[in-house]
Amino acid sequence: MTALYTLTDLSKKYTRGKETLTIFEELNMTIDQGDFISIMGPSGSGKTTLLNLLGGIDRPSSGAVDCEGVRVDKLSEGKLAKWRSAHVGFIFQFYNLMPMLSAAQNVELPLLLTSLSSKERKKRVETALDIVGILDRKGHRPAQLSGGQQQRVGIARAVVADPKVLLCDEPTGDLDRATADEVLETLQLLNRELNKTIVMVTHDPAAAGYASRQLHLDKGRFVEREAV
Amino acid sequence: MFSQTLAVTMINLRSIPQRWALSLATIFSIALVVAVLLGFLAMANGFRATLSSTGSDDVAVMLRGGSQAELNSGLSRDDQRIVAEAPGIARDAAGEPIVSGELYVIVDGIKRSSRTEANLPLRGVGPLAATLRADYQIVEGRAFEPGSNELVVGQSVQREFSGFDLGQVIRLGTNEWVVVGVFSTGGSVFESEIWADIGTIQNLYQRGTAIQSIRARMTSADAIEGLEAFIENEPRLNLDVTNEAEYYADQAGGTSDLIMFLGWPLAIAMAIGALAGAWNTMYSSVDTRMKEIATLRAIGFAGSSAAIGTMVESMILAVIGGLVGAVAVFLIFDGISASTLGGGFTQVVFSFAVTADAIINGIVLALIIGFAGSIFPAIRAARIPLLAVHRA
Ligand SMILES: Nc1ncnc2c1ncn2[C@@H]1O[C@H](COP(=O)(O)OP(=O)(O)OP(=O)(O)O)[C@@H](O)[C@H]1O
Ligand SMILES: [Mg+2]
Repeated sequence: MTALYTLTDLSKKYTRGKETLTIFEELNMTIDQGDFISIMGPSGSGKTTLLNLLGGIDRPSSGAVDCEGVRVDKLSEGKLAKWRSAHVGFIFQFYNLMPMLSAAQNVELPLLLTSLSSKERKKRVETALDIVGILDRKGHRPAQLSGGQQQRVGIARAVVADPKVLLCDEPTGDLDRATADEVLETLQLLNRELNKTIVMVTHDPAAAGYASRQLHLDKGRFVEREAV
Repeated sequence: MFSQTLAVTMINLRSIPQRWALSLATIFSIALVVAVLLGFLAMANGFRATLSSTGSDDVAVMLRGGSQAELNSGLSRDDQRIVAEAPGIARDAAGEPIVSGELYVIVDGIKRSSRTEANLPLRGVGPLAATLRADYQIVEGRAFEPGSNELVVGQSVQREFSGFDLGQVIRLGTNEWVVVGVFSTGGSVFESEIWADIGTIQNLYQRGTAIQSIRARMTSADAIEGLEAFIENEPRLNLDVTNEAEYYADQAGGTSDLIMFLGWPLAIAMAIGALAGAWNTMYSSVDTRMKEIATLRAIGFAGSSAAIGTMVESMILAVIGGLVGAVAVFLIFDGISASTLGGGFTQVVFSFAVTADAIINGIVLALIIGFAGSIFPAIRAARIPLLAVHRA
């Protein structure tokens, strides 16, 4: 397996006045191409913070975030935005869809940053919606969709530009069991069939069970558990 | 860059319904600013149009040296007699030089709209006065009889002031007059005057044989130079000569400038208020979309596209406001007539004229408000922290 991410001596601290809050210090880990990693851990342990660093929407206090030889932590704002659009798909707990846009328009957003023609964009959007199984709802707005359906739109938006990695922050945190399982199966499919690397933060042990590698983050340290 | 900015703008515009009250208030306040500005400009333009349609190039107006306006001038019958001998003066069919000595006094009229008193010019004229006004026409009734206390009234005066109905006796000052006719002069300022026999006015106002202005029709516009030279070389005359068109253009200048000088500062003061409103609306637009903007940024959209989208939204609201204001002013004011003090401290009746130029001025002002009001909100939009994606 080739490493996609290499994190070296990563630390993240917040200073509030004279106090310094250390989220983690000298964290080292690699994420392989094609991994499906779940990260669990108590609230406030830094799970979201780690995803932010992997996705280049936050910067570490020190240490290196290397993604295929690119020092993500060192990119300028402009380069970082381009890097994100090409390499990362974000999936959020509350979907983060644009309420005034249809499902298809939401999914199309990342493609507006590419040079694809509107015809090609349309085709890609429909493929993505088809993969997550809600092509029939493409004209609906988020408010007209159930939570599970909205998350599928969120997943379609994350994969439409064909990034290598999907970063999911509690993607099923707002869904009931049955719906959560459907969404998780979709993620598993993306991992197995399309070889997407997935890093998923979750509080739900059952969700973590879908991953091939389960990590536990506590007090700034990872504890690995073998997947069953 | 273009397609992402377009997308952000679309998202902004489509989310306006979420802030419809604020957005509507912004549109309304900008509409009000533009309406006030256009109202003043329409007034100034209308006033100017009325006065500049007055007067011909080939009519010379002579006043006493340094007097500037008819009201301040004083001349004698002798002046008129000498001027009549000057070269370049046109002659009528009977071979008489077309020269008219006129008297100009001020009387009080009652405005129909406000029932208040306002100054009206009463012009004492002889038989040639009508010949000297290009489009002079009696539209109702007849001309006054020389030597009588009959008067004819300009169309605008009849429309705006009460008591000038045909056949009616009207008291002006201490004197009673009979209204025997209504005249028009093709929209020029003379329609804001009352005309009566010069001899009668000289009697009633104890002016002896004095006059205030002399008008002469010249054989051509260029002949005025010859008249000027004649007057300069004639020691018995102390007269200022201008052509009539220039005379009224000068009179218009002062008042329409005054209207502009009132209008622009008022509009700009209101614009500053509207700007604060636009600013507030756009801040709220950015704040309510914080998570959405951060999400777009996380996807890879540039901060500048969020900024430009904010500015475009603001300017679109502003243009809508500007157009609403312009249409409102156009529908309400264009062509309606009003009267105000003219150059000679008398009422000039004129029509508001909403011109294309003025509308462009109004829309530009609206755009400036929209642009200026969105600068800081746009900077804020570009600087929204990416971590706002996690907000609930
Ligand atoms: N901007 C910030 N300033 C100061 N402290 C912060 C900031 N952002 C996060 N933190 C702190 O960092 C710690 C880790 O936050 P993070 O959101 O990564 O936790 P988490 O593991 O995702 O928790 P949860 O399970 O509740 O989502 C928390 O204690 C949080 O209060
Ligand atoms: Mg979290």
